[in-house]
Amino acid sequence: MSQAKFLLIRLIKAIMVLLAVTVFSFGLIRAAPGDPATVLAGEQGAVDPEFLDRVRARYGLDRPMHEQLFKYVAGIAVLDFGDSYQHNRPVIDLIAERLPATLLLTMTAFVLALLGGVAMGVTAAKHVGKWPDAVITVAALIFFALPLFWVGLMFILLFSVQLGLLPAFGMATIGTDMSLLGRALDVGWHLIMPAATLGLLYLATYTRMTRASVLEVMDLDFVRTARAKGLGERRIWRRHILKNAILPIITLASLQAGHLVGGAVLTETVFAWPGIGRLAFDALLQRDYNLLLAIFIVASAFVVFFNLVADLVYSLADPRIEVNA
Amino acid sequence: MNDFAKRFLRSRSGMIGLVLLILLVLLAIFADVVYPGDPWRMVGRPNLPPFSEGFMFGTDQLGRDVAAGIVHGARISLLIGFASSVVALGVGVVVGAVAGYFSGWLDDVLMRFTEFFQTIPSFMLAIVLVAIFSPTLTSIVTAIAVVSWPPIARLVRAEFLTLRQRDFVKAAQVGGHSQFNIILHQVLPNALSPVIVMASLMVAAAILIESGLSFLGLGDRNYITWGFMIGAGRTMIRHAWWLSAIPGLAIFVTVLALNLFGQGLSDVLNPRLSRSNRT
Repeated sequence: MSQAKFLLIRLIKAIMVLLAVTVFSFGLIRAAPGDPATVLAGEQGAVDPEFLDRVRARYGLDRPMHEQLFKYVAGIAVLDFGDSYQHNRPVIDLIAERLPATLLLTMTAFVLALLGGVAMGVTAAKHVGKWPDAVITVAALIFFALPLFWVGLMFILLFSVQLGLLPAFGMATIGTDMSLLGRALDVGWHLIMPAATLGLLYLATYTRMTRASVLEVMDLDFVRTARAKGLGERRIWRRHILKNAILPIITLASLQAGHLVGGAVLTETVFAWPGIGRLAFDALLQRDYNLLLAIFIVASAFVVFFNLVADLVYSLADPRIEVNA
Repeated sequence: MNDFAKRFLRSRSGMIGLVLLILLVLLAIFADVVYPGDPWRMVGRPNLPPFSEGFMFGTDQLGRDVAAGIVHGARISLLIGFASSVVALGVGVVVGAVAGYFSGWLDDVLMRFTEFFQTIPSFMLAIVLVAIFSPTLTSIVTAIAVVSWPPIARLVRAEFLTLRQRDFVKAAQVGGHSQFNIILHQVLPNALSPVIVMASLMVAAAILIESGLSFLGLGDRNYITWGFMIGAGRTMIRHAWWLSAIPGLAIFVTVLALNLFGQGLSDVLNPRLSRSNRT
């Protein structure tokens, strides 16, 4: 199979998954107890008959089921998610406005977790059975068992309330006149705690994965051969062990990166970070299910997108994929 | 004493996890004895710090005993954790077994179905499900099960794919046993070890999801839960840190206990796999 064909098949598969997600959310609206119009309109919208009529017309709720489904899917295909009553604006505008903040947060957390996790995993594997390994393994075990939203709160308690070091919430200081650089630094300052919180769980995951992967590669024949032919330890580690142990970690990690967008709800809620996760929480409070489902679809789209990117990167990095696909 | 128990007793992490877990389960079972009455009840002055007289963990802004909430909350956390894992395990084992044993088009269909559920961001899906079907114990357990079963299905399928090639399965087929019988009595018991390990870790993950849901206000309001306590204490963090700190520690200890227990099981059941993970 050629590479182009492989990627084309993956692309079609991705579109199918997105279609399935859309049909699934339509099913959820229909399965919800009560009138779907009131489900879509949200808490406030449900008491406004005019808005309810608009929702009914928009989704064709008086039409047969298959027409409704078609209308819903066709709308979402052109990114028309309808309106949010709570904000009185098109849902897609709200999401587009908030998405950059979420991407900044999740990607920072992801990069920090990946770098930190690989570094910790390699260190543990290098000193397997000795104290650095024990410390890192126990740390990973602890991080793995912590509820993230609680970690965020404890960070706020320690670094904002007690020490007064870092801002407790938001993405920027309001009401100050700053240069571009000043603003960027300000956002970075606000980013530290949320990114550290969100990154912690993934840090633990990548640490464990890297440690296991390095330990596995260390035992393989080609490493023994490299030692036997008298290569220096540094060279063996860099060229033989790390190269082979870390590539699969990066691939696996990019598959997970898409899940971060959906996973940021709790972190964004704790730190009042103005991203789509926080928007989802607001939608939840207002029972604005149309907005909530739109965020759900967008978050799923991110997973699909990152899977596709991972496929692309993988097929470029590893020519064997042509045969194995 | 059989071999399994002997080996488990030697696993340090497994034993620590098991002891903690037994204590937590006992606490949950005897919650009404330790702290009788409704944990929502006001019993003391508001905002008493921990180690105040009569209130080990202090009281909240309405004078409710935090310790009573922790003990009663253990019930809900463990109940939801175990119940949703049992449901997820049931679905995952059935889907995985059918896909792996019969393979062919049925396998294709079931695996696409599984992949679909793995693609959807799980916590978002849980939120959407609980929000739309309104938060009750049943809807929460169902939602967590819906997002948790796919890894089990994939694991069971992989085990079945290799096991069905083995001679003892072939022999059972030649011997005229029914497919159902072979799956249940021949293949499944041999596929269980890794599934059990994964299941114990799944309970931990389920408890974390539940706590996140109730933190967001998506818990069953009839019961006090740790996540709810953290959410309610959040606004008080500047004045009464213990309201959110203590329930979080309770979640941490529970999840840690389950993870340690799972690690212990893994050491005993898949010694080859855990070799590189052992501390």
